Amino acid sequence: MFEALREGLEEEMDRDPRVCVFGEDVGHYGGSYKVTKGLAQKYGDLRVLDTPIAENSFTGMAVGAAMTGLRPVVEGMNMGFLLLAFNQISDNCGMLHYTSGGQFTIPTVIRGPGGVGRQLGAEHSQRLESYFQSIPGIQLVACSTVYNAKGLMKAAIRSENPVVLFEHVLLYNLKERIPDEEYVLSLEEAEMVRPGEHITILTYSRMRYHVMQAAKTLVNKGYDPEVIDIRSLKPFDLYTIGNSVKKTHRVLIVEECMRTGGIGASLTAAINENFHDYLDAPIVCLSSQDVPTPYAGTLEEWTVVQPSQIVAAVEQLCK
Amino acid sequence: MAIWFSRSRKIAHFLKPKISPSEFLYKICPNYSNSSSFRTLSGENCRNPQAFSDYSTTILSFRRRWWRPESTRAGEQVETPYSDDDYEDENQVLDFPGGRVTFTPEMKFISETSDKRIPCYRVLGDDGYPISGSKFEQVDKETAVKMYESMVTLQIMDNIFYEAQRQGRISFYLTSLGEEAINIATAAALTLDDVILPQYREPGILLWRGFTLQEFANQCFGNNADYGKGRQMPIHYGSNKHNFFTISSPIATQLPQAAGVAYSLKMDKKEACVVAFTGDGGTSEGDFHAGLNFAAVLEAPVLFICRNNGWAISTPISEQFRSDGVVVKGQAYGIRSIRVDGNDALAVYSTIRAAREMVIREQKPVLVEALSYRVGHHSTSDDSTKYRPINEIEYWRTARNPLVRFQKWVHKNGWWTDDDESELRGSIRKQLLTAIQVAEKTEKPPLAEFFSDVYSHLPSNLHEQEKSLRETIKRHRQDYPTDVPL
Repeated sequence: MFEALREGLEEEMDRDPRVCVFGEDVGHYGGSYKVTKGLAQKYGDLRVLDTPIAENSFTGMAVGAAMTGLRPVVEGMNMGFLLLAFNQISDNCGMLHYTSGGQFTIPTVIRGPGGVGRQLGAEHSQRLESYFQSIPGIQLVACSTVYNAKGLMKAAIRSENPVVLFEHVLLYNLKERIPDEEYVLSLEEAEMVRPGEHITILTYSRMRYHVMQAAKTLVNKGYDPEVIDIRSLKPFDLYTIGNSVKKTHRVLIVEECMRTGGIGASLTAAINENFHDYLDAPIVCLSSQDVPTPYAGTLEEWTVVQPSQIVAAVEQLCK
Repeated sequence: MAIWFSRSRKIAHFLKPKISPSEFLYKICPNYSNSSSFRTLSGENCRNPQAFSDYSTTILSFRRRWWRPESTRAGEQVETPYSDDDYEDENQVLDFPGGRVTFTPEMKFISETSDKRIPCYRVLGDDGYPISGSKFEQVDKETAVKMYESMVTLQIMDNIFYEAQRQGRISFYLTSLGEEAINIATAAALTLDDVILPQYREPGILLWRGFTLQEFANQCFGNNADYGKGRQMPIHYGSNKHNFFTISSPIATQLPQAAGVAYSLKMDKKEACVVAFTGDGGTSEGDFHAGLNFAAVLEAPVLFICRNNGWAISTPISEQFRSDGVVVKGQAYGIRSIRVDGNDALAVYSTIRAAREMVIREQKPVLVEALSYRVGHHSTSDDSTKYRPINEIEYWRTARNPLVRFQKWVHKNGWWTDDDESELRGSIRKQLLTAIQVAEKTEKPPLAEFFSDVYSHLPSNLHEQEKSLRETIKRHRQDYPTDVPL
């Protein structure tokens, strides 16, 4: 997947000379996850810029550059570090287009690996999607497959709004065949992974794979789940989700975010508000517990929703 | 200029070993003789001192090439700030990441203060006469008169808008009283292409660039004609056509952004620089450190101007930092800096002209500390008499007033009369009162602007929220304000 992201980035940098990349070790080192490998050699040190370790600063720098006409792509070495840049992301990225009366646009992309990895400790295993979702003015998308990673990267760079693109640290080594011709995906659309009749399972990022694994078991047991990868975390694609709810009448949300105030919590509220009449059962949301991610392997495994839990929840809902 | 030369001499002097090398070695090692081997600090037993220095030179040049490979600006060599010629004897030198340093067996701490504070550059005396021996850039009649007129306009604008807030006509205001020279002289020294990232006490720059009194009033009243569409609180001006970035309240957030704007100018190879402002309080923010560090490392053409006016709301500078003001911080980042008398319009003008030229020509940041005094309260939400003596405020408002000093100079040149003064003041006052009246009566931005510009296009959720709001208003028409069109 890291190659797909790099391809997407490279194609956009070729197409538009205003696209540039900022981040720690993105230049000669090629990025900690190799997403920017080779780009510095191709475009030079100025377009692929190695920055000192000050997340607030290089995010602020991206805002300043964007306000003057460039299209920066900011790489956070880990999404968790972007908490240090929160002020620049919320007050400046999100707000300046509005408070300046539309005079200045901030077409930045802020991307980086997030999510729970393999024993990386609490600070490197954060799921910050929920922290960012309230900020007015930014869009959040989460990629999950090699195909949608490239498409979403290109869409995010072309968008006039600030976009936060969440990648997952464990998905970088995924391999998949993708089309040779150019394609750009929509930032606001959800992806229908597996159509079905009995229950709608909404998920995003790495949990998609746990859901699909559970789906195999469920199919063997005779259930027909409809799996949707919501991709767009802000705003939610309520059109696709709504159609699915109207069809199946049951919803299960599977996410890696924390229970309190997570993406699932917002999604539950949004679905309840809009599609309450179509639900036959209360919405169930499977998410991580409200704890920092532990280092110990077994404990870490149990903060993340496992396929067996998904199967159990579906069976419970469909009773 | 003189100040810079004396300082660079001091640096070279500091690097030279205090005593001659052989004398030094004899003191610690009486058995030392030129022909025998010696131990370096790293413990290497080096028979041939010459070979050692060759070896270290090759390491250094290799390292230099590695840090900045060819893919950078086509083979430009990195400029090390300290030249190798300062090292008289290769035996006294150590290689470390970052370059070569001499070593000394004398443990010496650099003092936290220097015996003398960095002097500030001043050109005009209190009496309006240039100080003898002062060097400054001459200002022609047209510019000088425009500068003075703008300073007066800024002062009157501040006073009238402040009063308007007290009368309840606007919700908030923040004056720049006492800092008119910094505002206007800086603006006069720049060009329209220079991008301004203000803190919030720099409306004079907009004024100089042609922002009308009506446009100021519109922003303060948040009406339909405001470029910010009524979304920001008063004094948070922003205008892309004047290259003045919209003001954002949190302190110092514009400093890292300055590096980004400079980066953009650099990519476009423009003959312009970025000018980022902050106050004395802003230098305590983390963004100040990171913004200056970035600009220095990335060699960004940014002119950082710190308005040291002595007060950050109620915090005096003695409680803000313990360094000798802000100018000494520049060197810590590898940034050239200067201290100037911010109440001396001519000194500020000359300094900014020179600094701007340096920034653009050398593509490096420069830091200017302009010393001044915040005559007004922090804002209309503050009463500074609660934490500082009234006679101190009065002293700075009268005896050290930048307008009075500059006016004396302009007057002495025969370019300004007392009649001009009263005429100007009367006219500006009238214009301002009219502007306020017009702004007050102008309609507020329509309801649609409440939701627009959050994103480039209105997304579905906001569209729904707007619909819901309109329905609520329709149901309760009598509670809806009359000056906000639907």
